[in-house]
Amino acid sequence: MKAVATLERETRLLQGNQAIAEGAIYAGARFYAGYPITPSSEIADECAKRMPELGGMYIQMEDEMASIAAVVGASLAGAKALTATSGPGFSLMQENLGLAVMGEVPCVVVDVQRSGPSTGLATKPAQSDIMQVRWGRHGDQSVIALCPATVRECFTLTVQAFNFAERFRVPVVLMPDEIVGHMRENVALPLPGEIEVVDRKAPAGPPASYLPFKPDEDGIAPLAAYGSEYVFHVTSSMHGTDGYSNNDPANAAWRVRQLHEKIERHRDEIVLTQSYYTEDMDVLIVTLGATTRAARTAALEARAQGIKAGVLQLQTVWPFADREIAALGKRARMVVVPEMNYSGQVAGEVLKALGPGADIRRVNKFNGTIITPQDILDAMLRPAGAQTQGNQP
Amino acid sequence: MRRARSHSEIILAGSGGQGLILSGIMLAEAAMLEGKNVVQTQSYGIASRGGLSLAEVIVDEEEIIFQQVRAPDCVLALSEEAAKKYESWAARGVPMLYDSTLVAPRQGGNFIGRDFTRKASDLGNAGSVNILALAAVAAYTGVVNIASLEKLIRKRFRGAALDLNLELLAAGSELAAA
Amino acid sequence: MTHATGMKYMKPGVLPHMWCAGCGIGGMMGALLRAFEELGYRNTDTVVVTGIGCTGKLDDYLLTNALHTTHGRALAYATGIKAFKPQLKVVVVMGDGDSVTIGGNHFIHAARRNIDLTAIVLNNLNYGMTGGQVSGTTPEWAVTSTTVHGNPEREFDICALAETAGANFVARSTPYLGWEMKEIMKQALEKRGFSLVEVVSPCPTHFGRNNDMKETAAMLRWLGGRALPIEDYRKLPQAERKQHFPVGTLVDRDEPDFNTRYDTIRARATGMNVR
Repeated sequence: MKAVATLERETRLLQGNQAIAEGAIYAGARFYAGYPITPSSEIADECAKRMPELGGMYIQMEDEMASIAAVVGASLAGAKALTATSGPGFSLMQENLGLAVMGEVPCVVVDVQRSGPSTGLATKPAQSDIMQVRWGRHGDQSVIALCPATVRECFTLTVQAFNFAERFRVPVVLMPDEIVGHMRENVALPLPGEIEVVDRKAPAGPPASYLPFKPDEDGIAPLAAYGSEYVFHVTSSMHGTDGYSNNDPANAAWRVRQLHEKIERHRDEIVLTQSYYTEDMDVLIVTLGATTRAARTAALEARAQGIKAGVLQLQTVWPFADREIAALGKRARMVVVPEMNYSGQVAGEVLKALGPGADIRRVNKFNGTIITPQDILDAMLRPAGAQTQGNQP
Repeated sequence: MRRARSHSEIILAGSGGQGLILSGIMLAEAAMLEGKNVVQTQSYGIASRGGLSLAEVIVDEEEIIFQQVRAPDCVLALSEEAAKKYESWAARGVPMLYDSTLVAPRQGGNFIGRDFTRKASDLGNAGSVNILALAAVAAYTGVVNIASLEKLIRKRFRGAALDLNLELLAAGSELAAA
Repeated sequence: MTHATGMKYMKPGVLPHMWCAGCGIGGMMGALLRAFEELGYRNTDTVVVTGIGCTGKLDDYLLTNALHTTHGRALAYATGIKAFKPQLKVVVVMGDGDSVTIGGNHFIHAARRNIDLTAIVLNNLNYGMTGGQVSGTTPEWAVTSTTVHGNPEREFDICALAETAGANFVARSTPYLGWEMKEIMKQALEKRGFSLVEVVSPCPTHFGRNNDMKETAAMLRWLGGRALPIEDYRKLPQAERKQHFPVGTLVDRDEPDFNTRYDTIRARATGMNVR
């Protein structure tokens, strides 16, 4: 093995989508199955080139349903696997993503968010899949979702997405907006060994007594790979610890609770946020994705005008950072929530975290253009109770 | 030539297929050779050819927080549509370099028309207007040194393509100075 | 010599199975498991992938690795397993809904890719689990619970579809021909590339009841009468063929499979990386 110290850290001009592919490879992903869709296709292009070079595989499937299905299949055969898409394709993946939740199959899905509804503005950004990511599948279930704001975060949060997927046996959605997916920045990528890479827990006992859905004390069951000495069943149907169908109500209740609790009990480890200028703030901006950058600029410009603004960036979107927001929100006289959607998908969760009575100011843009620092400043300066929806031209 | 500030913002606008996103990438890479931080964003339509396409490049010695151009040092317009989109900015003092081969003449101190496409065509490849125009933007604004672009071109191209691109670089710089 | 029973692949204590008396799925499963046994398949490197519906419940009875998937997508899951780990024996068991109705697109693309999967399609000509509705393989003359006034659509010929899409091996059988069905499954399992065995099967509970074949024996007799060995079928005048379906091996060819082709690509890519 090459010693880390001898490797030169190389600064590259990388696109967000490329950095996601690089992050996946760094995390050990060697299987990509996907179907091209704007604005995610550069991830496919990069993986098509790199995966076979590394002994892995890129396979272009016939649609998004097949893409996520192949990813789940490969993961159960032992691969770290990913697919990438955008809103319309992500909608198509939902049913099979539900199987990944039910079967506790580690995998990463990238949803580079674009403007909708439907085909919408195919090349323009949005942050409107926040609820689709959380609730898009039928049945009551949890996933983890992360959202990068920079090209570097595209890389690091992809590694983190794989780590969470492997550690918690759960699909993880990485949800950059089109701006971040297509943006290029100079980045010095981490060297091998610099960021921890987590692999799924393998079974250790005698193969005959392996139960693929019996959690250890940490709430997570070990996962074998097809082809090992551990033979196992995975099913989309309700099942017991042995992976075989089981219709018993007590078992069903235990399974559904287990799927939620394995994430809830580790939420402090999973909820990643980044704070800027919050030490003395009395105006809080809660933000995610590319909008973080407008929010930081707005906070600095507000400070130049004597308003002590701070920023909380939600790197983890789901589970939601309700406690972190509540802790900071207590110190703020006003909370501004800028997001590229109409309905205030993040703002609604912020309201849940802070309770009625909080002065929450929504800034919503849903025309395919970005939220600017000025949009956020305007929201801070307007009288309490007045809601605007950004500068819609 | 204007003096380079520590923070520069450039808009390269034209039609899909003119190669302006590549110009934006090259501008960013040249700035990186000078040790600067860069952000390059793009806006484009669904067509690979035609329609408004633009690249924005921000260069700074410090961290670049907001990724979008707010106060451009220069706008390059290689199509009538691009010129129309940004001409009101010229009234506010933003210099616009435009391709007088393809864009109707504009009057006013901040409009600088040059025959980019015709010149590129004379040199043998109208399709390389993106390199020529990029050289002109660099020479006009000083956002990066021409030497940095030359270094980059020598890294990216070989043989006849290298010779052509060096010629385009020189021609672009000359047009900016003219 | 003892005969293979296939019981070593069955989970102890699961019989009797859930399928209706007279259903063909049990017979199909028996033939498949006997084929496994005769070929020396091991649970550790065998993965059975199933879809949804009556046939989709088959994995519940097995001791091999298994993945019970969503409706119509079994082939796509199986593609991921096989593509990543080619040494596994991946067998996909589907109904006519899974394979060529809701999952038709995956079926033609799995065959086009010629990925080394064995697809067993139990075609019982209707949707059994939901109460006998029309499917993509219901004959145009047949009555189902959703074609009570007649069927405006024509049926798919599953084997012809697989052949046209590029499968290396295509065969048809029926539980009426139990031993032959097992032998054909063995050929399909041994074949490299995409192989399909269509098992035209009785559903006395729904299809039979709706079409004057309520008794199991009546449905089986009907299937037996319609099934003709391919050699005999080919001799029939065109007009008489509509009354029959050919059984036996219909296509047997040796085009390179997906993983073989990908190995070449990977070698090229790795070479490029080294240079």
